Amino acid sequence: MSELTITLLRLGYLVLLWLFVLAAIGVLRRDLYGTRIVRRLRREQNPLAAPAGPPAGGRPEGRQAEQRPSPIPRRDTGPRRLVVVEGPLRGTTLPLGTSAILIGRAPSCTLVLDDDYSSSRHARVYPEGGQWFVEDLGSTNGTYVDRRRVDGPTPVRPGIQIRVGQSTLELQR
Amino acid sequence: MATVIPYRARPGRHLELLLLVPALLLGVGAYALVGIATQDTVPAGITGYAVGLVGLALGMHLVLRWRAPYADPVLLPVVVALNGIGLAMIYRLDLAYALRGRETDFAGRQLGWTALAVVLAAVVLVVLRDHRTLRRYTYTAMIVALGLIALPLVPGLGAQINGAQIWIRIAGFSFQPAELGKIALAVFFAGYLVTNRDTLALAGPKVLGLQLPRPRDLGPILLVWAASLAVLIFQRDLGTSLLFFGLFVAMLYIATERLSWIVIGMVLFAGGAFVAASTFAHVNARFEAWLNAFDNAVFNASPGGSGQLVRGLFGMANGGLMGTGWGEGRPDLVPFAESDFIVASLGEELGLTGLLAMLLAYLVLAQRGLRTAIGVRDGFGKLLAGGLSFVVAFQCFVVVGGVTRLIPLTGLTMPFLAYGGSSLLANWVIVALLLRISDSARRPTAAVPPVPGAPAPVAVLEDDVPAAGVAGPAGDGPDQETERIDVGDLR
Repeated sequence: MSELTITLLRLGYLVLLWLFVLAAIGVLRRDLYGTRIVRRLRREQNPLAAPAGPPAGGRPEGRQAEQRPSPIPRRDTGPRRLVVVEGPLRGTTLPLGTSAILIGRAPSCTLVLDDDYSSSRHARVYPEGGQWFVEDLGSTNGTYVDRRRVDGPTPVRPGIQIRVGQSTLELQR
Repeated sequence: MATVIPYRARPGRHLELLLLVPALLLGVGAYALVGIATQDTVPAGITGYAVGLVGLALGMHLVLRWRAPYADPVLLPVVVALNGIGLAMIYRLDLAYALRGRETDFAGRQLGWTALAVVLAAVVLVVLRDHRTLRRYTYTAMIVALGLIALPLVPGLGAQINGAQIWIRIAGFSFQPAELGKIALAVFFAGYLVTNRDTLALAGPKVLGLQLPRPRDLGPILLVWAASLAVLIFQRDLGTSLLFFGLFVAMLYIATERLSWIVIGMVLFAGGAFVAASTFAHVNARFEAWLNAFDNAVFNASPGGSGQLVRGLFGMANGGLMGTGWGEGRPDLVPFAESDFIVASLGEELGLTGLLAMLLAYLVLAQRGLRTAIGVRDGFGKLLAGGLSFVVAFQCFVVVGGVTRLIPLTGLTMPFLAYGGSSLLANWVIVALLLRISDSARRPTAAVPPVPGAPAPVAVLEDDVPAAGVAGPAGDGPDQETERIDVGDLR
C-alpha cells in the first residue's frame, strides 16, 4: 500500500475519533432535561393559571391569549398566586385557591423545598375571612414576614416578602 | 416574571444506535489499520472480530431498549469505542511481542473478558430493575467490599505480582478482587452517607475561614483512612489505597457539600503518603522515580526504577502531535505496554490529537454520570451515581497523571482500555449501574391522579419536576425522599 494511502488512513482515523467525540458532545447538547427558568411577560401569565395540559412550545403564547375569552377581571379580589421570588425554586408559581398551601421539605407538602434550612413541614399559607395568613408550623429556623419572625397567624398582603429557609415567597395579584 | 419550564428527556435509543456506528467503526477500523501497517493486509480474523464486537454492542443496545429505555444515550457508545480502541492496541502489542519472540495472546483473552463483561452488564440491567434495591444491602456491601479487598492476603489464594499483593489466582486466572470491591464500597458509602450525612454536615469550629466538622464526627473518615493505609502497607499498592480513600472523600463531599472534608482528606492522605514514603522502600522508590526520573541511576534501578516511565515518555514524544499511526510506532519497548502503560502506547500511535480525543471521551463519560446524579430524585441514587462516575474519572486522572509524570506512578488501570479482566468486568458493571440510574433519572414521572379533597397544586409547572418543586399530594412514593434529619431535631 502506498505511503499516501497509509497517511490518509492514519489521519482519517484521527478525524473519525474526533467526529465521534464531537457527535457525542452534540448529543449532550440536544439531551437537556430537567427544568429551565425563562422570563415571560405578565400578560401571558393569566390564562396559564388554569391547570390546563402542557402548552406545547410550538404555539405562540400571544395567540393563545387571544384565543381565550378575555381574562376574567378579578383585580380587587386579592392575591391570586404565590410566587417564589428568591431561592433555588425562583419562578415557581402556585395558584391560590380556597385551600391552604403547605410549604416544607416533606414530599407531602404542596410546595416542596429542597433546602437544608427549612423544616419538613415548615409553614402554611391559608385563607380566612377573605384574607391570606401565614403560620409557622414550629420550624427550626422560623418563618419571616417582612423580616419579622412569625409567632402566630400573620396576615399577609400581596407584595410582602415571606422568607422560608433560603427561599423568599410573595403573594401576587 | 419568570416561570419554570420542564424539559422532557427523549428516550434517545435511536441516537444511541446512531452513535454506536462510529464507535464500532473506531474499534474495527483500528484493528484493520493495525493489520495493514504490520502485515500489509487486513487481518484474517477481522470478519469474526467485527461480528463479535457489533453483536456485543447491539445486544447491549437491545437490552437497554427492553429494560432501560430512558437510559443515557451517550454512555454505551463511548464505552464501546474505548473498549474497541483498547482491544486493537492490545492486539497490536501482541503482534509486536510476537516479532520479538514472545508469544502472547492478550487480545484473545481481553476479547473473552469483554464478552463476559458485556454479558454481566446486561445481566445487571435485567436483574436490577431499580437501583434503590441496592440500598437494602448497604452493610452487606460493606462486608463484601472488605472481604474482596482482604482476599489477596489469604495465604495460598493471594498472589504477589510485581511487588503488589492485590491479585488472587484461581485455576490459572489472576484476578484483582479490589476492582469489584470498589463498586461494593461505593454502594456502602452511598447507603451509609445518605442516612448519616446530616450529622457529618454539622458545623464545628472555624479555623482560618474554613468551617470544620465537629471533632467527634471525624470517626468515619479516620476509619477509612486507616483502612486505606492498611491496604498500602499490607498489599503494597498505592493505587488501590488512593482510590478507596479518594472515593470516600469525594462521596463525603457530595453528601455534605462541605469543602472542609476535602481539605481534611487531602491533609490526611498527604500525611499518610509522606510517612509511607519515608518508611517503606517500595513507596519511596515510586517517589524517587517520579522526582528524579531522568537520573541515570534511578533509570537503571531495578526494581522500582524509572525506566518504564521514561520509556513511556519517549514513546509519547515519538508520537508527537499526530502520532505514528496504528502499528507504526514501537510501544512494545515499554514494559507492561498493554496494561499499565496503554495510555503511553496510544499516545505514541495516535499522538496528542488522539489521546486528547480519548480523554474527552472519558470526560463525557464522567459528565454523564454526574449529570445523572443531578437528575435522579433519590439521595442514594445521587450519591451512587456521583461516586461511580468519580471513580472512573479519578482512575483516569491517576493513570494519565502517572504516565505523564504529573503525579507518582501508581498501579491503577485505565478503565476500558487497559488489559485486565477484573478491571474490565468492574467498569462494565459500573456503566450498567450508571445506565440503570440514568434511566430512572430521565424517565418522566407517571402522572399522579389527584386525590379527591386534597388541594390540586397544578401550576405553571407541569408534572415531571426532578428533586424539588410542586409535588402532587401523593408525593413521589415512599422511598423518594431521603432520610434527612432536621438539624434542629438533633439539638
